[in-house]
Amino acid sequence: MNEDRKEFDRRRKQRALITAGLLLAMCGLFYFITIARLQGAS
Amino acid sequence: MTTAVVNQNLPTDWRDFLALTKPRVMSLVVFTGLCGLLAAPGHLHPTLAFTAVLCIALGAGAAGALNQWYESDIDSLMVRTENRPLPAGRMDRQSALHFGVGLSFLSVILLGMATNVVAAVLLAGSIFYYVIIYTVWLKRRTPLNIVIGGASGAFPPLIGWAAVTGDLSLLPLLMFGLIFLWTPPHSWALALFVKTDYARAGVPMMPVAAGEKSTRIQILVYTLLMAIIAVAPWALQLTAALYGSVAVIGTTGFAIVAAKVGLRTAKPDDTMAPEKALFGYSILYLFALFGAMALDRIML
Repeated sequence: MNEDRKEFDRRRKQRALITAGLLLAMCGLFYFITIARLQGAS
Repeated sequence: MTTAVVNQNLPTDWRDFLALTKPRVMSLVVFTGLCGLLAAPGHLHPTLAFTAVLCIALGAGAAGALNQWYESDIDSLMVRTENRPLPAGRMDRQSALHFGVGLSFLSVILLGMATNVVAAVLLAGSIFYYVIIYTVWLKRRTPLNIVIGGASGAFPPLIGWAAVTGDLSLLPLLMFGLIFLWTPPHSWALALFVKTDYARAGVPMMPVAAGEKSTRIQILVYTLLMAIIAVAPWALQLTAALYGSVAVIGTTGFAIVAAKVGLRTAKPDDTMAPEKALFGYSILYLFALFGAMALDRIML
């Protein structure tokens, strides 16, 4: 039971970290896309 | 649907989400998409080119996830697919559906923002074609599932090309035709050596529905048609000698390997070595031809 709880916590933490990382990467990508499109337009 | 019961209390491991995207299939999709992008005339900012290829990968992953969501019942009946996250019970169906739909919208919107509407519409069309036309409509109904449905895998070079130019021309359409005609011999080679799997799941793949002999003859027919399209870009002077030589040598090799499959009859307890060789060779062949085409166009 304790092992199950540990595994549950590990996976929940893992999912939170991955989601945060992906959101951060997406923000960075949107930033660079905007810069690239502005450069292309000018 | 007869998928295993999921332990609802345990969040799904990230590796199972990755497996849902069919990474091995995705590698070929990404490569042909990248080659379409590199072969296109014009210039795309490296960030936008990276985003375009990323979106093609995300779109392919989304289509793969939705395919596994819909097919979890038949996946559990086949040895080749029974260990996928859904049939193995490591993920609930709703998570797979949400993941696939979310990834679809993200990939299409992101591609539209980074490049143009034509590329985004083509990506949306390819996801729709793979999920609705192939997976839901054709796969369980007709032995021509691979022939008609194979078009879904032929979209990536069109998307890559359109991301740069905003339109389509003869060369990307030939790239589309090459993958379209390559898909039946490639898939039927696999279907010949996993025939019992498909039969158990009730999927009317050509060897199950029309028999081995008919499938072998059709492999030869499609190989011949594919050979014409494979050399067409060089014959029409859309590419130069590098692609021409790779296409001629590679296609001759393909025809020889396909002939070994097409002209034989499998014995009981056959190892199906020629069929496995054709399946493996066909993957290398597509990588080689698209790689040569991209190189050729860059050097032109």
